[in-house]
Amino acid sequence: MALETPLTFYEDGLAGVDVAALCGRLIVIEGPDGVGRTTQIQLLRTWLEHSGHAVLDSAMARSALVGKTIRQAKQGNTLGPLTLSLFYATDIADRLENEIIPALRAGFVVLTDRYIFSSMARARARGSDPAWIRQVFGFALRPHAIYYLRASVQDLLPRVVYARGGFDYWESGMDVRLGKDLYESFARYQARVIRALDSMAKRYQFEVIDASRPAEAVFQDLKKRIGKLLRGGKKPARGTSRPQRLAALSR
Amino acid sequence: MRVFSSRKFPGKLIIVEGIDGSGKSTQLSLLSQWLRSRGFGVVFSEWNSSPLVRKTTRRGKRKDMFTPTTFSLLHATDFADRIERQILPPLRAGSIVCADRYAYTAFARDTARGVSRRWVRNLYRFAVRPSLPFYFRLPLEVALGRILGGRDALKHYEAGMDLRLSRDLEESFRLFQGRIIDEYEVMIDEFGFQVIDATRSIEEQQTQIRAIVEQELKLKEANGLLKSPWKGSINGAGNAPDVL
Repeated sequence: MALETPLTFYEDGLAGVDVAALCGRLIVIEGPDGVGRTTQIQLLRTWLEHSGHAVLDSAMARSALVGKTIRQAKQGNTLGPLTLSLFYATDIADRLENEIIPALRAGFVVLTDRYIFSSMARARARGSDPAWIRQVFGFALRPHAIYYLRASVQDLLPRVVYARGGFDYWESGMDVRLGKDLYESFARYQARVIRALDSMAKRYQFEVIDASRPAEAVFQDLKKRIGKLLRGGKKPARGTSRPQRLAALSR
Repeated sequence: MRVFSSRKFPGKLIIVEGIDGSGKSTQLSLLSQWLRSRGFGVVFSEWNSSPLVRKTTRRGKRKDMFTPTTFSLLHATDFADRIERQILPPLRAGSIVCADRYAYTAFARDTARGVSRRWVRNLYRFAVRPSLPFYFRLPLEVALGRILGGRDALKHYEAGMDLRLSRDLEESFRLFQGRIIDEYEVMIDEFGFQVIDATRSIEEQQTQIRAIVEQELKLKEANGLLKSPWKGSINGAGNAPDVL
């Protein structure tokens, strides 16, 4: 449940960044493509704001520094797996330093639609060395909670087909060609991504949420857990001033 | 900790390192011309030149958007793109790849910016270990004299102005490049640099470099190194690389 307060970095952290004064909450929603993360973030944001919290949401490839570059690079046909992983690392570092950490300093609840784990899972699905990728992303802040929306490939397929109208080249891992066509490659690639996320669940203390259920049930589940986290309920935080301030915020 | 991939290739990777103004690019350009004239396949790769990344780096610098970590990561991204597309395929084919700056530049600069030494070495673990790393050693004052005489003098990030070491550009450059030299000096033994005295004349340096390269190529020539099919034999039949 709630990881330690104050926040710390996983390994060698962001150079020159002081984490002492971060009094907000960093909450991560993870899960494979098509599992419904974005829907949940929208629902949670509205609910949290109604409850009086200031919320920042942050999503992959939206950094000021490289967001546009990543989208452009994906349009071409030369983007290799190492380059893609490091683009994502740059993207999250830029968002951490310029959006997420300033918001945490100001006491916001930061909801991130994916964090380092999807990037790490994608890298692993493309054959990168897990130890290398783990150390590269070791600069990241350890979140207060990581909710892993888990579903099988079979659960994802209808959502991708009905809700999105088809398969995306990158979400199908077509750059590494795991199958004859988009469908086959999607199924194999997403199975690898899910396996990689599963394998991280313990090390990074994911809370696993069954996302094969309807969106409303998943939302109620998340609400209950986040409510408890913000009340500082489950695990008493070390230090007193910050949690009190947060408790005051959530009341 | 293991730095660099241990993969072996039929080609050769020659790289030059040193602070700005050390003359390394001039020397590498003379070397690659000589290698081409001798019939070797030569590919050139420059620091910060990936077509996917370069423009973003330039914009980030212009708008002062970088932190030490994002500066480091974006340069690693540029490098990864060049490794995947410019450097590895020719090495596998048996070419000589000449790189103007390599991962060591990041090790020196990023560490001088306060990024963890261990983290940045891990970041570049996908890189190939160069066959010949040349380090052009030059006292800071000499480098400063050469650069201040040049066209665009001192640049913001090259002078480490982002670190706020000093408000004076020249003083900041002196402090930052001094730190970089310290990092290079530590790497001489760590990575087995061939040290070239960059205060000597251009011709003297080039003679020394060619002798070292000659030595290295002799050991390798029979072993898959790509040579132009138009040199040495009429139909090129004797020179087909055995890697293909």
